[in-house]
Amino acid sequence: MAGDLVLSVSDVTKTFGGLVAVDALSFDLVEHEVLGLIGPNGSGKTTMMNLISGALKIDSGRIHLYDQEISRSPARVITRMGVARTFQIVRMLPSLTVIESVSAGGVFGHHQRWGRELEDYARGPLARVGLDGAEHTPVTALTYIDQKRVELAPVLVSDPRVLLLDEWLAGLNPSELKTGIFLVEALPAEGRTIIVVEHVMDAIRSLCDRCVVMNSGAKIAEDAPTDVLADGEVIRAYLGDDDA
Amino acid sequence: MTGHEKRGFVVVGLMFGAVAFLPLLDSGVWLSLGVDLAMYTVLATAWTLFSDPTHYISLATAAFFGLGMYVVGGGVELLPFPVLVLLAAIGGVAVSAIIGLATLRISGVYFVIFTLGLAELIRQIVAWVQTTMGRSSGLYVLTNITKPMIYWQLLALAALVYLIGWWIGRSRLGFALRIIGSDEVVAVHSGIDTARAKVLLFIISGTIASIIGAILAPRWTYIEPTIAFSPMISFLVVIMALLGGAHRLWGPLVGVIPFYMLWGLISAHFPNQTMLVMGVAFLLIVYLIPNGVVGLIEKSTHRLKRGDG
Repeated sequence: MAGDLVLSVSDVTKTFGGLVAVDALSFDLVEHEVLGLIGPNGSGKTTMMNLISGALKIDSGRIHLYDQEISRSPARVITRMGVARTFQIVRMLPSLTVIESVSAGGVFGHHQRWGRELEDYARGPLARVGLDGAEHTPVTALTYIDQKRVELAPVLVSDPRVLLLDEWLAGLNPSELKTGIFLVEALPAEGRTIIVVEHVMDAIRSLCDRCVVMNSGAKIAEDAPTDVLADGEVIRAYLGDDDA
Repeated sequence: MTGHEKRGFVVVGLMFGAVAFLPLLDSGVWLSLGVDLAMYTVLATAWTLFSDPTHYISLATAAFFGLGMYVVGGGVELLPFPVLVLLAAIGGVAVSAIIGLATLRISGVYFVIFTLGLAELIRQIVAWVQTTMGRSSGLYVLTNITKPMIYWQLLALAALVYLIGWWIGRSRLGFALRIIGSDEVVAVHSGIDTARAKVLLFIISGTIASIIGAILAPRWTYIEPTIAFSPMISFLVVIMALLGGAHRLWGPLVGVIPFYMLWGLISAHFPNQTMLVMGVAFLLIVYLIPNGVVGLIEKSTHRLKRGDG
C-alpha cells in the first residue's frame, strides 16, 4: 500500500517485572490505513496501545508519529499531536453530561475549540454516533452501548490523525456491530489512520487493510486479514497445537 | 453573559451591599461575629475552589493562613499594611507553588497526610526560629486598623473569591478540573496538562488563605505559632465546606453560618470535649448529608418542581 508513513513502531519492548508484555515489536502504518492488532488474550495488544498513547512509558525502542518521535512524550502531548483513543474498559466522566463529555475531546486535544463553536462542532460527532437529542443526559444514566457510543464521539471531536480503538466493537449485538463497523469504515476517508484492537473476526475482516498478530508480546504474523487468519502459527496461537 | 448570570450578579451585589452596612449598626458582638463568619466563608470557599473539582482534600489551609499572619506580624513595624498584604500574597503564591509541584503527583490519602504534616512542619520551623532568634514565643501586631476596616477588607476579598470562582467555572481551566476530578486517565488522554491545572488551582486557593491571614493579623493583635498555624483551622474549613456542599460556589457560606454558631455553643459548654464533638460532627455530615446543605436544598427544590409539573 502506497502512502505517507504515519506511525512507525520500531523494536518496542515493555516489561512488567519479569513479564515481557511487548517484545521487540515493530510495525508501520501508512495514511488512511486501518490496521488490526489481534492476538489471544494477554498477548500484549492493549499494552501496545498504551505505549503508543503514552499511558505507559516504553522500556526500549522508538515510536514515531510522522517524523517526530513520541515514545518519550507524556500522554497529553501525544494527544495534542493528534493521537486519540478509546479504552478497553469504558471510561465515563460521571459528573458530566453527554454534550460535555463529547466536548471534552475538543478543548485541549489536537484541534482545540471552545464555547459556542465547540458545542456546535460537538453536535456533529454526537449525531454521528446516534446520540443527538441526549445532549443534556448525565452520562451515568446511559446504557452500556450508549456509553460506548459516547466514548467515540469526543475522540472524533478532537479531529485526530491517528485513532486507537481498543475493543470498541466488543459487546455489541449484530445490528449494533453493523452500525459500529459502518462508523469506523467512514473514518479513513476523512484523513484518519486507525489501529483497532479487536476480537470480533467479522469486524476485522471487513475493516482492516492489514493485521499484525501478537502472541506473548511478539509479532507472529503480519498480512491481509484473510491471509493471517489462515496462517498456521496464528491458529496455533489462538487454539493450541492440535487444531493447526 | 446570560440573563440568568446577570440576575445572579445583581442579587449577589445587593447582598454584599446589605452586609457591608453591618459595622454602621453594631461595633460589638455582632461585628465580631461578622468578621469570623466572613473569615471562615472566604477560607472555606477558597478551599472548595481547589478541593471540590480535584477531590484532593487539603489540610494545609492553616499553613497559608499562618504564613500570611506572620508576614504581617514580622513586618508591621517596618512596612505599611497594604504592602504587607501584598507580600503575604506573594509568599502564598511561592509556598503553594512549591508545595503544589512537590505533592500533586501523590494522590488520595497520601496527599491529605502530606498537607497536614506540612502545616505542622511550617509551624515547628516558625516556632523554632522565634524562640532561638526572638525574645518571646509570639509577636504583637499593633496597628490602628479597626474592626470595621478588617470586616470590609474580608468582604472585598469574598467578592473577589466569588468572581474568581465564577470565572474558573466558565473557563477551560474549570472544565479541565471537572474532567480531572472524574477520571484522570481520560483527562491526560484529552490533552489536559493535569499537573499544571492542579497546581494553578492550589496556588489560587493557598494565596487567598495567606491574604486572609494577613488581613486578620491586626485583629488578633498577638500571634504565636500554635494559634496562627492551628490545625483546627484546617479541619474547621473542611467540615464547613462539606457541611455546606462543596459542589456549589455558595455552598461553604451555608455551611459556615450554622457550623460556626454550633461551634461557639460547643466550645462554650464543652470546652474539654471540643475535639470529640468536632469528630462526631464530621462523621455525621459525611454519612447523613454527603452533598451538604446545598445538596439537600437542590434535592427538595427538584422534588417540588417534579411534583408541580
